[in-house]
Amino acid sequence: MTHPFLALTESDREEMLRTIGVGSVDELFRDLPEAVHFDRELDLEPALSEQEVFAHVAELAERNSDASRELSFLGAGMYDHYVPAVVDAILQRGELLTAYTPYQPEMSQGVLQAIFEYQTAICELTGMDVSNASGYDGTSVAADACYVAKHATGREKVVVTEASNPQVRQVVKTYAAGFGLEVVEVPHRNGTTDPDELERTAADAAAVIFQQPNFFGCLEPAPDLAAVAADAGALPVAHVDLLSLGVLEAPGRYGAALALGEGQAAGNFPSFGGPNYGFLAARQDFIRRMPGRIVGETVDTAGERGYVLTLQTREQHIRREKATSNITTNQTLLALGGLVYLTWLGPQGLRELGETCLSLAAYAKQQLEERAGLEPVFAGQTTFKEFAVRVGRNAREVVAAARDRGIHPGYALGRDYEGMDDVLLVAVTERRTPEEIDRLADVLAEVVG
Amino acid sequence: MKLIYEKSQSGRRASSLPHYENLPSPPDLPAELRRAEPPRLPEVPEFELVRHFTELSTRNFGVDTGFYPLGSCTMKYNPRINERLAALPGFARLHPLQEEDGAQGALELMWRLQEILAEVTGLDAVSLQPAAGSQGELTGLLLVRAYFTARGEAEQRRKVVIPDTAHGTNPASVTMAGYEVTPVRTDPRGNIDVEDLRGKVDEHTAALMLTNPSTLGLFDENIEEITSIFHGAGALMYYDGANLNAVCGISRPGDMGFDIVHINLHKTFSQPHGGGGPGGGPIAVRDVLEPFLPVPAVVRREEGGFGLDFDRPQTIGKVRGFTGPFGVFVRSYAYIRMWGPRLREMSEVAVLNANYVLARLKDTYDLPFDRLCMHEFVLSARTLKRDHGCTALDVAKRLMDYGFHPPTIYFPLNVPEALMIEPTETEAKETLDAFCDAMLAIAREAADEPELLKEAPHHRPVKRLDEVRAAKQPVVKYGFEEHAQPDAAPAPVSTQAPSGV
Repeated sequence: MTHPFLALTESDREEMLRTIGVGSVDELFRDLPEAVHFDRELDLEPALSEQEVFAHVAELAERNSDASRELSFLGAGMYDHYVPAVVDAILQRGELLTAYTPYQPEMSQGVLQAIFEYQTAICELTGMDVSNASGYDGTSVAADACYVAKHATGREKVVVTEASNPQVRQVVKTYAAGFGLEVVEVPHRNGTTDPDELERTAADAAAVIFQQPNFFGCLEPAPDLAAVAADAGALPVAHVDLLSLGVLEAPGRYGAALALGEGQAAGNFPSFGGPNYGFLAARQDFIRRMPGRIVGETVDTAGERGYVLTLQTREQHIRREKATSNITTNQTLLALGGLVYLTWLGPQGLRELGETCLSLAAYAKQQLEERAGLEPVFAGQTTFKEFAVRVGRNAREVVAAARDRGIHPGYALGRDYEGMDDVLLVAVTERRTPEEIDRLADVLAEVVG
Repeated sequence: MKLIYEKSQSGRRASSLPHYENLPSPPDLPAELRRAEPPRLPEVPEFELVRHFTELSTRNFGVDTGFYPLGSCTMKYNPRINERLAALPGFARLHPLQEEDGAQGALELMWRLQEILAEVTGLDAVSLQPAAGSQGELTGLLLVRAYFTARGEAEQRRKVVIPDTAHGTNPASVTMAGYEVTPVRTDPRGNIDVEDLRGKVDEHTAALMLTNPSTLGLFDENIEEITSIFHGAGALMYYDGANLNAVCGISRPGDMGFDIVHINLHKTFSQPHGGGGPGGGPIAVRDVLEPFLPVPAVVRREEGGFGLDFDRPQTIGKVRGFTGPFGVFVRSYAYIRMWGPRLREMSEVAVLNANYVLARLKDTYDLPFDRLCMHEFVLSARTLKRDHGCTALDVAKRLMDYGFHPPTIYFPLNVPEALMIEPTETEAKETLDAFCDAMLAIAREAADEPELLKEAPHHRPVKRLDEVRAAKQPVVKYGFEEHAQPDAAPAPVSTQAPSGV
């Protein structure tokens, strides 16, 4: 039976084999030593038709409690922000969806210009001079930054604040084993990082990585942290939320050398962890140490403006073992989703979104306190769209009990932090209505009591 | 065409956001943390946004547009059903930190995909976590490191052997994993030079990284001997799965003797390439390496159902957030289920198509290694350059005028004026013939009218671009200040960062 993804007819095959000068398809594999010929059929279930595969995979999807089935206050690095229809529509354009890395610029002006526009947007948001075309996610770009810092400073230690996303810290440690870097963590004090304590650790560091807002949702004294890092000769690296940058200061304005983070919140669905994009931007000083693709403007032979992949002598296909990174395939389509989303928002929308998150989170804190008697763990800290509350019993049990009532109340911080078994991290995006927040507070009142 | 920033007019917007009544006003942010100047994001209405990106798409070429024989990239058809499935709310809106009982469908899909990849590669355990092939490579090398550390041989084994035909990612990954590259030559038949290899593998060797079939599209005829050399020296074998599309159901890396394999889901298993990504780079390993795999592992629970296992004391850690790019898994899983055991036929046709194009072109272009190829092959435009001054680049640019995406050029590095052609199983004979006819016509044009090649492309939105200028004077973002309209408001002050280091 002909397979829908194949085109050759029997007579095509015969004619092609004749042209090649072999008698059968099997003969094409004659260079394979006998011992490595696979001598049975792959043990896989029989081929399904499109209708059957849809039914099977859709049934798997039905078994998940996604945010359309269960009211969710989960965040902790991935967020349920609204993704407008224009994002889906543009990303499904086959000319963009089914192209690859724009090695041949004359065939790829569409994606090259889009990446150039994306780089511009990231630089505008972060206050940086250069952005790459994307990294894998918010964790791997932090590891990339360590590699940049190691080579820029010649130092062999990086400092990461404990209030940074635990998965970022874990990925940095994993990569650091290969880089020959020691990773030192600075503990938080009441939910944020103490600049004086950082100062004692930052000496001899290649980089200091901190997150703004941090993993607990609290606002770090970012300018002070950056200054301490810079004074110690380390690169200040700010891990930021793009959607906070309509209301929060651009890292480039408070002295960060690199700004990076997880792009998912801006234009990608959570999709059980990906695909999504990491963004990585830097000051001009580091342009030739950047990992990954960068698009630059140039002219064609007729003098017309056009775009190409540039500074490629940094990259693995030219520089091989001396490259600034091994990355080749990145997350261009997801970054394009980010660009479309940020264009959709515009500067006004971005600021409104930030203010809405701030207000909703303030409202949620208030309701949780009034209706359920739950108090923020980190008293007096300003938060953005996420905050930690003490629930007075094991938070994982609270999650289970609330889910029985149709609400996922947030992330149990005890999974990552000692002494926080009774702490819940609650995320509030613009998709959560005040009524939904009231429901959360009422359900928590029931289950913590 | 204009940049989106050049279409922007202050006061326009595409977004409408919910406005909730009676909320407390946002808390006062400390002045030093508050944004001082708004970012200059584009200000356009929604239809302008759609037109802009639609116009950009018309200036791009994908597999959906036409034939895209970009060697080593496996530009095959990406079925639309996969997009529909990945977009289902049960997947797209599922939070990665959802409790296990609320993610059973997703976990089962991943577990099933792991089982399939283990069967296709002939290995024991799979981690889906790496985000792309090169991250799979790095993960694999960190596993090598962890394995030798556990055996007390980490200090002694510092070298990773890589053939000169390897993708640049291989040596770059080796450096990032803290190893040193030992290069090995290619012999006159396009295999690894086994004599060269013997002198280079010893008790200091940690691993071999090999793509098989190689980037020349040739299956290494001495693979058994190579395996015995490495395993004999106590070293491990790493398989770069970039070219797995040649051998599904025909030969398995595990059976060839490889201990670690990465699989490019965006190549062999049809995740759309997205203009440069996303990809997926799962790794499959032999049982002795399983304890070191990244966390969390996706497991089937003895009591039924599926879960995430974080309790792996010997793990290398994590290379990416969560369990990997899940949407990619949905697409690849659906794709594989539509083939089943007929994956073998997929690979057979990929190899048949490549050999057919090779047979039609090898008398006109130089063929450095005259053998049957696997799923791709490498020609050289050396004679064309010598006789007519037309390079591989000129051939590539001229192909655009015939409506084809060019092959990979100037790679692998050991073939001068290389043209690396991978048709994939997707294409019809008519398409292959049209491409061959174009390649033959271009060779004639090179003799008769070389300017046609040197000035190509003639029918694309831009002519040849000055890449040297782009690199010498990098312009990597829109210059709002330089492009300010004379009658517009004065340009905002520079956001140049204070120098901190």
